[in-house]
Formats: sequence, structure tokens, C-alpha cells
Amino acid sequence: MTANADRDAPPLLVTQSLAVTIAGRTLVRSLDLSLRRGETLAILGRNGSGKTSLLHTLAGLRPAAAGRIELCGRPYAEHAPRAAAQLRGLLAQTHSDAFPASVLETALIGRHPHLGRWDWEGAGDERIARAVLASVGLAGLEAREVHTLSGGERQRLAIATLLSQQPLLYLLDEPLAHLDLSHQILMLELVQRYATECQAGFIVALHDMNLALRYCQRALLLYGDGRWKEGPSAEVLTAASLSELYGHALREISDGDARHFIAA
Amino acid sequence: MPSRRRALLILLSLATALLASVAVSLATGSVALSPGEVLRALIGDEGGLGGEVVRSLRLPRALAGLACGGLLALAGALMQVLLKNPLADPYVLGISGGASVGALAAMLFGLPLMLLHAGAFGGALAAMLLVFGLAHGDGSWTQTRLLLTGVIVAAGCGALVALMLSIAPEFQLRGMLFWLMGDLSQAESPWPALVILLLGLACVLPFSRDLGLLARGEISAQVLGVPVDGLRLLIYALASLFTAVAVNVAGSIGFIGLIVPHLVRLAAGNDLRLLLPASVLAGGTLLVVADTLARILVAPQQLPVGVLTALLGVPVFLYLLSRQPERSGP
Repeated sequence: MTANADRDAPPLLVTQSLAVTIAGRTLVRSLDLSLRRGETLAILGRNGSGKTSLLHTLAGLRPAAAGRIELCGRPYAEHAPRAAAQLRGLLAQTHSDAFPASVLETALIGRHPHLGRWDWEGAGDERIARAVLASVGLAGLEAREVHTLSGGERQRLAIATLLSQQPLLYLLDEPLAHLDLSHQILMLELVQRYATECQAGFIVALHDMNLALRYCQRALLLYGDGRWKEGPSAEVLTAASLSELYGHALREISDGDARHFIAA
Repeated sequence: MPSRRRALLILLSLATALLASVAVSLATGSVALSPGEVLRALIGDEGGLGGEVVRSLRLPRALAGLACGGLLALAGALMQVLLKNPLADPYVLGISGGASVGALAAMLFGLPLMLLHAGAFGGALAAMLLVFGLAHGDGSWTQTRLLLTGVIVAAGCGALVALMLSIAPEFQLRGMLFWLMGDLSQAESPWPALVILLLGLACVLPFSRDLGLLARGEISAQVLGVPVDGLRLLIYALASLFTAVAVNVAGSIGFIGLIVPHLVRLAAGNDLRLLLPASVLAGGTLLVVADTLARILVAPQQLPVGVLTALLGVPVFLYLLSRQPERSGP
């Protein structure tokens, strides 16, 4: 059934000839991708280049214009919604809070796919929720109303909610939005830790190529016109490729072994 | 987040309040009865006037009030989830407007009572299909589009109602106005509404945690495994059906669907596993109490119960709004 029917477990996520279109415009064409457990992949591209649409397509939220997606060896159509929710999670760009809720309640909604129809969240779920809140630096705010949080705190709460879902594949849409520098680093170190300790896979839409180079093993560049480029971050992320990607000249600066890009 | 035990305790006390309100409603009126007499009348021992009054007048009316209040409150809670808007109520999508047009047209043409009910129900369903068809026109189904379409259809129905009121002959006007304001004295058998309320609750309760996620946003709900499209269709259809049934039994009764979910939310939190059944119990209680007051306040004359729910509802609602300005609307 699977593309590589070998002894190993199938990759977390495989795409074959995947196309993403919005309003008749093809943003990504013939994308072939494979992500194994423990791997981290950064998606970079200009505004409107299809990062969010691609992530939503990979999450099974919108149909692919063409091609095939397999989550843990099977297309989304063969996963029950609840089963898929135990395998992959998505950090969306916007979070709506139409009705009042506390921070702890919001973190607990990540436990939904692990609860039966008539179950209520138990002590174990609450322990998980409190632990992930602490890991994103929100310990002590459990009883706060969500609408009293700052933008960065709300973003970290959304990340905590995703962590309490405990999927194998994390799709993160600009997880660093609204975060200050120290929390940006904290979040990316969390990503690295989950990738190594839990063998989770991460696909992360980012705007900071330096953080992508430092924290993600692989990078996918989306040019917005259907073209894409994918490979190890150290090879794909060059001054030339990034200058073309963003339509603005970038220069590479070396600091010992570390490479940095700055806008020229 | 309430624990399961706390939720059961709250539901138990609300059920007690509902039973008490029904008991008071059975005992009060032009013929006052003692609790013992009411009980004997219920089990059929009490002959004479008291038994007759309880069994064929007060009990059907109290049960109709219970069912309508429960249906409207449940429909309101569901509409607030569907539109992700705390200000939504069962009438916001034009359903009661359609029902009013149907019922008033039946009155205008002097049709018998049965056809009046058919007119109200048909009007409600027609408005519901019209709103859904128009809002679904281009395939997308955002709550803004749904809300706008509903408000426009409701406005159109309002104009038709005003037109019919202005050309109606004098002797029909009073009946029409009473119907528009909500009136349980016309209620026939309460059983169909009660059965639909129980069946509807049984349909909704298994999905209450999913609905709570839906109220927080489609994307996150879908990612967490909630079948969003099917669920939205289900609650749209159910909320419309509940409203149509309630309007059919008692005319258009305002504010129950809007304020009861808010009162429960304030008192017990926003967990839909508790909010949905608690709204049914509280809505039933409120309407039974309002209808009892409508019967006895200026006895022997009766007031339309919709006037009382609105008079009780407006100050409570304004108080809630001024208390929580930051929570009104997405």
C-alpha cells in the first residue's frame, strides 16, 4: 500500500505530486515531501506564498487540488476524524474567543481526541494540561480568563493547547508570532526537545530564516508561483536562494561555525 | 470547568426548581387548590371542578410552557454556538418571522385553528430553508453570511406582518396581537413539543463537548476531530425545528432563548455539557413562572406571556451586557 513498503513504520507524512491552489492560483505544484518521526521542517516564503494553505492541506482541513497526502501511511479519508486528531495537531494563526473560558479550560480542550463521548476530563488530563502550561511559561495563570491575556500569552496558550493534544505530527503556523525573543527561543527549544525526546515530527511556518537555520533540520522554500525547493536547512538556506525567495537582497555573515543572514 | 458531580448537582437543583414551578402553576389561579388537592387531581382521584381544572386546563398549559421554554432556551444556546455570537437567539435567523407571517395569513383568511398551526409551522420552515439556501448559495457558509441573511429575511417578514396587521379587520386584530406576543392559552396538547424536546436533547447531548469546541472556532474544532460541517448542519436544523415547534405551540415568545443561556453561563460557566441541559430546565422554569404570573396578575384577564418574559428579560439582559462589555460578540 505505502510508497516504501519496507520493514520500517511508514513516515509520519508523505505527499506525492501535491498541488495547493487558492482562487484558481496554483501556489504549490507537484510537491513531494516525506517527514519521518523526529524530523523538523521549516516552511519559508513571502506573505501569500501558500504557507498557511499548505499547512491546512497537510492537516487535512482543505482538499488538495491534486496529488496525494498520507498521514502515517494512510490518506485522511481512511482516518476517522478522532483518530487523525490523535496523530496530527495544528497551531492555527488566529484564535477566536467568542465565549469566556479560563486558561486551564482552554489548555484542556487539547485532550478532546483522547476522551470518549461521555468522558469528562480527569485528573490525568488536568495533570497534562498543567504540565504543558508550565512548559510554555504560563504556570500560575491557570485560573485567568483568556480574554485578559496579552497577545504573546494567548499565543503560548495556543501552543500549550496543542501540546496537550500530544499528536505525533505538529503543524505550526507562525508559532513565534507575538512572542518576545526569549519566548521565541523557548518555543523552538521546546520543538527540538519534543522532536528528540518524543520523536515527534514538526512542520513549522517561520519568517525568521536564522532561527529556521538554527533549529530546523530541513527547510522548504515556497516561491508562491508553484515552484518550491526542499532540502537540509544548511544547503537550502543560502544568501542567493533567500534573496530570490523574498525578492530582497540578503547577505550571509559567518560567526565562527554559525551562519547568519541579514537584509542588505 | 465544572466537575461531573457539580454539574449533576446543578442539574438536580434546576430540576427541583422546575418541578416546584409546575406545582405552583397547578395550584394557583381563579380556583386556588391545596397541594393535596393538586396531587389527588393528578392521580385522578379528585372529581369535581378542581380535578377538571388541573387535568384539562392547568396541567396541559404548564407542560406546554415547560416544553416551549425548554425548546427556546436550547435553541438559543445552539444558535449562540452556531453563530459564535453571544447575542444570537432563536429568532435571529428569521424563523419566528416566517412563522408569524404564516400564522397571521391564516388568521387573515379566517382559516380554522389547525390550519393556523400548519401556517405557523410552514412559515417557520420556509424561512429556515430560505435563509439556509441563500446563505449557502456560493458554497461557503460563514456565520456572518448566515446572520446577515437571517436578519434580512426577518426584516422582510416584519414588513409583511405590519402589512397584514394594517389591512386586518378590527375583530381579528386582538387575536393577531396576542399571537405575536406569545400566548400559552391557545396551547393544545403539550405532548408533541415535550417529545421533540426530549428527542432533541438526546440528539444534542452526545455532541456537547464537540459543540463546545465548535463555539471556539471551526479550524481548531476540525483539527481536534470534530465533524464540523455535519455538526453545524445538525444544530442549524435542530435549533430551527425547536423554534418552529415552540412558536407553533405558543406564538412568538421573546427573550427566553437569549437570556436563559446567558443566565446559566453566568451562574455555572460555559461548559456545554452542563449549559445545554441546564438551559432546558431553566428555560422551562422561567416560562412556567412567567405564564403563571400572566394568568394571575390581572385576573380574570390574562396577559400574553411574551410580554412578561420580555419585561423580565430586558432588565436582566441589559444588566448582563453592562456587566460584561468585553464579552459581547467576536
